[in-house]
Amino acid sequence: MNFPTSNRIALTTRAVLRSILAVCSLLFLFALRAAGQEPPYFVTYSSALEEPGNLEISLKSTQASPANGNAFLGSVLELEYGVKGWWTTEFYLDGQTTRNDSTLFTGFRWENRFRPLLREHFINPVLYVEYENTNTADRSLLEIVGHDSVADLAIPNSAARREIEREMELKLILGSNVHGWNFSENFIAEKALNESEPWEFGYALGASRPLRLDSSGKSCFLCRENFAAGAELYGGLGTTEGFGWKATSQYLGPTVSFGIPRGPTIFLSPQFGLNDNSAKVLFRLSVSFEVQQVGNIFRRKNQ
Amino acid sequence: MNATTVNRVPRQARIPGGARRAPARRVERLRAALCFVALLICMAAADGSWLRSVPPDYHSKANPLAGQPAAIAGGEVLFADRCAKCHGKDALGRGKRPSLRSERVQSQATEGDIFWLLKNGNLRRGMPTWSAMPEPSRWQIIAYVKSLGPESASAPGKKPRQEKSK
Ligand code: HEC
Repeated sequence: MNFPTSNRIALTTRAVLRSILAVCSLLFLFALRAAGQEPPYFVTYSSALEEPGNLEISLKSTQASPANGNAFLGSVLELEYGVKGWWTTEFYLDGQTTRNDSTLFTGFRWENRFRPLLREHFINPVLYVEYENTNTADRSLLEIVGHDSVADLAIPNSAARREIEREMELKLILGSNVHGWNFSENFIAEKALNESEPWEFGYALGASRPLRLDSSGKSCFLCRENFAAGAELYGGLGTTEGFGWKATSQYLGPTVSFGIPRGPTIFLSPQFGLNDNSAKVLFRLSVSFEVQQVGNIFRRKNQ
Repeated sequence: MNATTVNRVPRQARIPGGARRAPARRVERLRAALCFVALLICMAAADGSWLRSVPPDYHSKANPLAGQPAAIAGGEVLFADRCAKCHGKDALGRGKRPSLRSERVQSQATEGDIFWLLKNGNLRRGMPTWSAMPEPSRWQIIAYVKSLGPESASAPGKKPRQEKSK
């Protein structure tokens, strides 16, 4: 009895996703530029904020085949805007497709990042505040907290979509840049706003470096200066009722980014589950491009 | 431009007939001028105050790549990619983002001063930090910016624009 409605929702979702893709492709054609100076992380945030006036558009996807469940592809469209030098705001739209199941829109997030110290220090803190309204069918895996488990990923969409999670997420982001290396550490605390659940905790760590620290002076395609590589480690840290590694998911993987000259930046990473509570491997892919100085599009050229 | 001028106006505006229009218009103009001044203060043009914050060890730092043609060429590519969107392709400034071919950047600021600015940015005033960009790249950009020379001089292979505000 429910089928016609859910089919209609799935169709609408597909139509929405298709139009978003069309808009992105249009922007892609005339306004795109490689995304700024971001390290190649998927889960870890660095202390680098978006340049004021820039809009960065990213399409991120996560693919996995959990044991006892169907393979899925989680997708996120991210719109990141630099409001001020010390304040970045970002809006996320999440969706997913599960093989032998369905395609659906799973919710949205809105996050703001603030840099309290305006000068550069050895460790640079950034405060992150997010409001999340997603259902449990969300497969973006943008953070792992509490006792998140691979078993959650095997729940059929029809059941998972019914449970809506309204959550507030806080992160303390610490970032350092030393001799071309970037080191980033995130501490995550998440609280459900519509359920009486305990605070959930998680972490994410990243280290990366461009393959070449200076520019060759040529506009080349496959040269080292267009690549950065590193690694990411992240996972849950339990809840206020049981803090620690017990019954948590943990992932580790190498990451690489390729900034196509005058084009988008592509990020790629296989991330491996470190215990039985994690998926064996998550394949992550992201394409990111910048609409530089959105205000300038409406100004006269070169003004 | 004091408050009394503004206070006096409503009384004058009571003058009947056409005479009432002129002072009212003057108030409007005055108000517009005040708004404009306030706006200018808010958008305060780059005043170089950052130079006063540069510690002496940065001020005297020499650019290890100064004047090297390969470094300048590298800096040009990086400048086009990272800086031109705000400071203009020709570095002559864009909107309220200042020219980097000013007397201040070309003569007053040392390469060490600019290195300090790129590391820290001026976040409150819209200049991002470039600390995530490796140091050799930052020195290349500085070598390139300094090679452009002041606005009046022609940059190597470049044609400076005539008038910024046109
Ligand atoms: C998002 C826009 C933006 C980008 C990108 C940007 N800048 Fe700036 N920059 C500014 C603004 C705004 C100021 C003025 C700050 C102030 O009011 O002092 C500025 C100031 C400066 C100054 C000081 C100028 C003066 O007259 O005091 C220098 C030097 C400079 N930038 C260099 C660079 C370089 C080199 C790059 C590229 C690596 C760069 N900027 C990228 C926005 C930007």
